[in-house]
Amino acid sequence: MTLLERTQSYTEEAADFGGMGSVRDYIALLKPRVMSLVIFTALVGMVLAPTSQHPVLSAIALLCIAIGAGASGALNMWWDADIDRVMSRTKNRPIPAGKITPSEALAFGATLSGGSVLVLGLVANWVAAGLLAFTIFFYVVIYTMWLKRSTPQNIVIGGAAGALPPVVGWAAVSGVVSLESIALFMITFTWTPPHFWALALVKNGDYKEAGIPMMPVVAGETATRHQIVLYSLILLPVGMGPFLLGYASLSYGIVAGLLGTAFLYYAVRVWQNREGEQARKAAMSLFKFSLLYLTALFAWLLGESVIAGVL
Amino acid sequence: MAGKAQVPVQNLTPEQHKKRRSRSIALAVALAVLVGIFYVVTIVKLGPGVMDRPL
Repeated sequence: MTLLERTQSYTEEAADFGGMGSVRDYIALLKPRVMSLVIFTALVGMVLAPTSQHPVLSAIALLCIAIGAGASGALNMWWDADIDRVMSRTKNRPIPAGKITPSEALAFGATLSGGSVLVLGLVANWVAAGLLAFTIFFYVVIYTMWLKRSTPQNIVIGGAAGALPPVVGWAAVSGVVSLESIALFMITFTWTPPHFWALALVKNGDYKEAGIPMMPVVAGETATRHQIVLYSLILLPVGMGPFLLGYASLSYGIVAGLLGTAFLYYAVRVWQNREGEQARKAAMSLFKFSLLYLTALFAWLLGESVIAGVL
Repeated sequence: MAGKAQVPVQNLTPEQHKKRRSRSIALAVALAVLVGIFYVVTIVKLGPGVMDRPL
């Protein structure tokens, strides 16, 4: 659908006085589950940053990062409403369910995007604000509008948007982008492909029907399994990055090594089990473990830093 | 009244009225929070200097 066609269809919807969404529907537009991960990883970036900031300013900066992430989720749902209608996982989202019109989602997302960037700039600094603006732009324009529907590498490159929050958090406190914050970025960036491809293996039919060129749809399930193992291998040392760079303890290095090995084990199981229910179970196990993996690594970094601050 | 634009009558259901009311309240709360944020940030950024100005 072209931009002109979209605009015309919104005018028709507006004439129909559509979009009587509740507050809950608007919150759903912000993708609260994704937002919670963004808040968590950005918080870790803020806590690990070497400089300090007034806690009130940090809290408001974190709120801005969360709202910016939510706004990009709303803009993603605005653009993807046509394919969300087709997929079972997304057909109950507010726009395909007819609770909110695309034009309302666009206005909501655009307002929150602009507002969050401006307030972050005023509260923290313009390096962080610029990074947040870039994150929103990358997720909405580069990933949603361009890559998602044109290449099986969509989530590999698009994953950068999801990996940037700790860098934004770090910059909000310190005013700079450093090697340490890039190491945090690399963890989520390398983690994203095997995480999403595990889900894509299970939801392959959905993506095929919606015409999204996910890796299993375009390259096939076997090639996807190879890629999952490859990325899991790379993730093992990348996950240990904060220890290798010297700003996380040996205990973090050991935990990251063990969790990375477990990640690789689940990936190999996906590679081995290729048919029927066993294959589905293996892919779902990897998907669930990947969530635990990322949460545990960042939680360890956060806990370690908080304890070091107290002692 | 002559010259005044005609506003179309919208027949909303009770449920739609309820949703619109909750949206309005949420918007009011969001604006109040924003005002609070700007107030607090001003105080925090200026610190004790907020009262230090020539008369």
